[in-house]
Amino acid sequence: MLSLVIFLPVVAALGLYAFPRPGPRVVSGLWIGAAVVDLALVVAMWVRYGGGIGYETDLRWIPSVRAGYHVGVDGLSLPLLALTALLFLACAVYSGGRSRAFAALFLALQTVCLGLFAALDLLLFFVFFDLSIVGMYFVIAGWGHGDRLRAALKFFLYTFLGSLVLLLGFIGLYLGAEPHTFDMVELSRTPPQVAAPGLVLLAIGVGLAIKTPVVPFHTWLPPAHTNAPAAGSAILAGIMLKMGVYGLARIAMPMLPDAWRRYAWVIVVVGVLSVLYGALVALAQQDLKRLIAYTSVNHMGYAVLALGAAGLGTAHVEAHRLAVTGAVTQMVSHGLITGALFLLTGVLYDRARSYELDSFGGVAGNAPLFAGLLAVGAFASLGLPGLSGFIAEFQIFTGTIGSGGAGGVVAGALAVVGILITAALFLGALRRVLLGAPGELSGRVTDLTAREAVAIVPLLGLSLVVGIVPRFLLDVIEPAAALVVSLVAR
Amino acid sequence: MSALAWSLPALPLVAGGFLLVGRRWVTDRVAPVVGVGVGVVVLGLALWAAFARPAVRFRLFEGVPAGLAVDGLSAVMVVVVAVVALAVLVYAAGMVLGARFFGLMLVFVGAMLVTVTATDLALLLMGWEVMGAMSYALIGFWWRDAWRVEAADVAFLTTRTGDLGLYLAAGCALAGTGTLELGGLAGAGGGWRDLVAGGVVLAALGKSAQLPFSFWLSRAMAGPSPVSALLHSATMVAAGAYLLLRVSPLLEATGWAASVVAWVGALTALLLGGVALAQRDLKQLLAASTCAQLGFMVLAAGVGGLAGGTVHLVAHAAVKSLLFLCAGAWLTALGTKDLGELSGAARRYRVVGVTFGVGALALAGFPPLSLWFTKDAVLAAAAEKSPWLYAVGLAAGVLSAGYAAKALFAVWRPGGRAGERVGVLEKVPLVVLAVAAVVLGVLGVPQVWGAWGRLLGDASAPLPGVVELVVSGVLAVVVVGVSARWRVGEVRWAEQWFYLERAAGLVVARPVVALARGLARFDDRVVDGGVRAAASTGRALASVADRRIEPRVDGVVTALGAGARRLGSAARRPQTGQVHTYYAQAAVLFAVLVVVVLLVG
Repeated sequence: MLSLVIFLPVVAALGLYAFPRPGPRVVSGLWIGAAVVDLALVVAMWVRYGGGIGYETDLRWIPSVRAGYHVGVDGLSLPLLALTALLFLACAVYSGGRSRAFAALFLALQTVCLGLFAALDLLLFFVFFDLSIVGMYFVIAGWGHGDRLRAALKFFLYTFLGSLVLLLGFIGLYLGAEPHTFDMVELSRTPPQVAAPGLVLLAIGVGLAIKTPVVPFHTWLPPAHTNAPAAGSAILAGIMLKMGVYGLARIAMPMLPDAWRRYAWVIVVVGVLSVLYGALVALAQQDLKRLIAYTSVNHMGYAVLALGAAGLGTAHVEAHRLAVTGAVTQMVSHGLITGALFLLTGVLYDRARSYELDSFGGVAGNAPLFAGLLAVGAFASLGLPGLSGFIAEFQIFTGTIGSGGAGGVVAGALAVVGILITAALFLGALRRVLLGAPGELSGRVTDLTAREAVAIVPLLGLSLVVGIVPRFLLDVIEPAAALVVSLVAR
Repeated sequence: MSALAWSLPALPLVAGGFLLVGRRWVTDRVAPVVGVGVGVVVLGLALWAAFARPAVRFRLFEGVPAGLAVDGLSAVMVVVVAVVALAVLVYAAGMVLGARFFGLMLVFVGAMLVTVTATDLALLLMGWEVMGAMSYALIGFWWRDAWRVEAADVAFLTTRTGDLGLYLAAGCALAGTGTLELGGLAGAGGGWRDLVAGGVVLAALGKSAQLPFSFWLSRAMAGPSPVSALLHSATMVAAGAYLLLRVSPLLEATGWAASVVAWVGALTALLLGGVALAQRDLKQLLAASTCAQLGFMVLAAGVGGLAGGTVHLVAHAAVKSLLFLCAGAWLTALGTKDLGELSGAARRYRVVGVTFGVGALALAGFPPLSLWFTKDAVLAAAAEKSPWLYAVGLAAGVLSAGYAAKALFAVWRPGGRAGERVGVLEKVPLVVLAVAAVVLGVLGVPQVWGAWGRLLGDASAPLPGVVELVVSGVLAVVVVGVSARWRVGEVRWAEQWFYLERAAGLVVARPVVALARGLARFDDRVVDGGVRAAASTGRALASVADRRIEPRVDGVVTALGAGARRLGSAARRPQTGQVHTYYAQAAVLFAVLVVVVLLVG
């Protein structure tokens, strides 16, 4: 069933080419249809999921290096699979009228993203990791705007370089395991005895840090976002950035527990730096899309911080669990919120061909629904309780500060300042775009069409649901987070 | 019972949310009816909860149970919140404000109810911050005016600065007690208790607009008057005082936190009293007086005067919501809130004028009105700790008599002009609140006071002595009398709230923005510059390789090829195809071989 979920989109993409010359309705219909079925299947998986590794498939693939097609879901991957299916559906709805190639590319990208989160084999993970970079390169280069080719090239080279470093780390793990294997389950069960665990962690950490991205490896992100089409930005920020943090929790923590604990403070420092630096640089932006891009650095910084805090000391297991649960929740929450925010900025660009904050003002008058959703998205992103961001960030802060020791308190106290800066920057953005007197481009901004609303409202609606009744999500994440914490504490 | 604990905050939250999103079904004309209807039901639920004392516990996060419960203090709070909210909603129904307004107000009330019934820090923080966000939306309600939106930004950011303390406190509480329960905070071990107390105090001082955070309350006046009436009486600012009263055992346990809180409260009461006295704008005067009166409650929390602080909170909620609604009525009718232009306002609008008079006299501490007694109840608790605190509090009381009298005489002065009518919906709440402002003083009757103390679990609360009551009463009467003759002018630095906002901008906001700009440039030039440099270095190396190295490498290859070709052609030369030359070559080779063998051998 899991393999069906993974490969259904790419089959649908091939199906698009079975028609000689499909009209936009056929393309859109098939795209949305495939995305709906895929989401329904993921929901069914969620409902029937019974803990541990579910829906497992383990086939021979490259037996000479003991790499297999090994996939399965657990509490870490299931929420991300669901997020992926939902966000790709939102993009399908949002992008009605796009060409066949665009739809096919997105469907293929959906398979890649689902495959990555389901992968239980390092080589498989790596293949999907690289394919995601290739796919996004074509999205930006082919359908972006502005200086898209340059941005796409930068994105590709930078993250591809990261993936190569990551591969080095994977090879290090492979060589350390006895017998040699790329199987994640085996590697997690008995951590490989690597000769230089610090170096392997460094390779994996840098590789994933570029993808996440954390400071100072983040500068590919703003141009990629600014020049990507709205749906591309939504996927890039909503799904693909998660691959970095997910990799830390899935690969680095369980497979290199000693090194993780020894260098936890480095991870914590990098997390805090990303939180504060990302927020401050975002505060100075004049371009709405760049602003949101930098808040992604900030938000992913919280998740990295939490994972680092889980390696600080071993006395406060409760706090560590809270932190890791918060990090996973943050991935889901950020996907929903930032996905919605990027689609909304896409609406702005669609109408006015600009992201400049100062070109707008008073948009709430002509586009009340747009304004309402942007406001909800902004408040969700600044961590207002009642929306998913708070559920994630409160656990991260409480877990980090509660992890014991002065280091946790200082890191938490510094990171918590991030939510004040994000509040300042989002209120400023709302004021300059939506409120006050109309700006020069405000007149062009018409309200959301029904199609756009159908794409965006469910994302923010789900953020609200997670914010108010989070148990359905936390019940899935918590056991997996507890497992990660116990694996790190070995 | 747990259903009641849930539904008390859930009803206004859900109804408010529905008003906000369901504008297709609930028009602006129906919204006031819905708002008031929900307000009535909430009041019913609050009264029921105050007697039934419901409680519910549930799982929010792993390992840290959360809960809602109504104990004595919460019972008082939910009833006060519900009463004031209903009065304000009825008043607002007479204005043209629409569904968005009532939606935001109801969500706001629901969030306040969560705050005052939460038994743990997580849930309290949720209500607390949602309340802050709603106050942002309400202060900036007329969003087309940029200055109102800026005021809303200032209010939200200032209170959120304080809120960071609650996040910190939550983490430290988990480390120190293993839970987030409010009741267990005082038992946190080691240094954790101090950190928890510090965080809670920071948050509460920010929320209740104590020094140095007071300026946001001044800006908050940009909202519609009913918003001011609700935010600055029973909710929002009151939440800060409530939290301090709730955790007063924690403050006591740390030692330092209790005195810090007591002194901040006392000084705010004194200094912001001076600010109030220096205002020429009625709403600004009332705002500053709110800070000052909250100072009494904060002082009470610092000296462990739970019963006194709470009774002052209750009476002040009635008085201040009344005064703000009166000011709003005149603002709508006459288009001004300038004390100089409000002459005769009270004479022309008798109901408003009389109720305002009652409120102002109560605020002045005029015996036997409510605040006369409640303020002294606070001061009695303070006197048990320190005579200095008592003295500062008494001086602050004199100032409150001064600013209340200033407002009172400004509106009762003869003169002025006619304006628009004030409707009956606006008048009814004024009368109800004025009655409350008068009769709440009955709590000072010793038997009632005893019951009040037991309700709040502060049975040993001291009653103010007769001498103190007489002194403060006489002082109030004298000050009011003097004020009838002499009007206090406007002192610029006090009128500007000691330039606190400008200072905050100078010390915090501007450096942060400058830092942000600097980092953004750093990011573009240095961090990304490094990446670009790496890329261009790569390209430069490539072109060096292309132009310098490649030709040479190629040259070597070409030379090798040419050499090989030359060797080849040299080797071709003997291959003539003629047998006699091959024979000659073989003979020569053989001779050489013989020579070699001979030489070597």
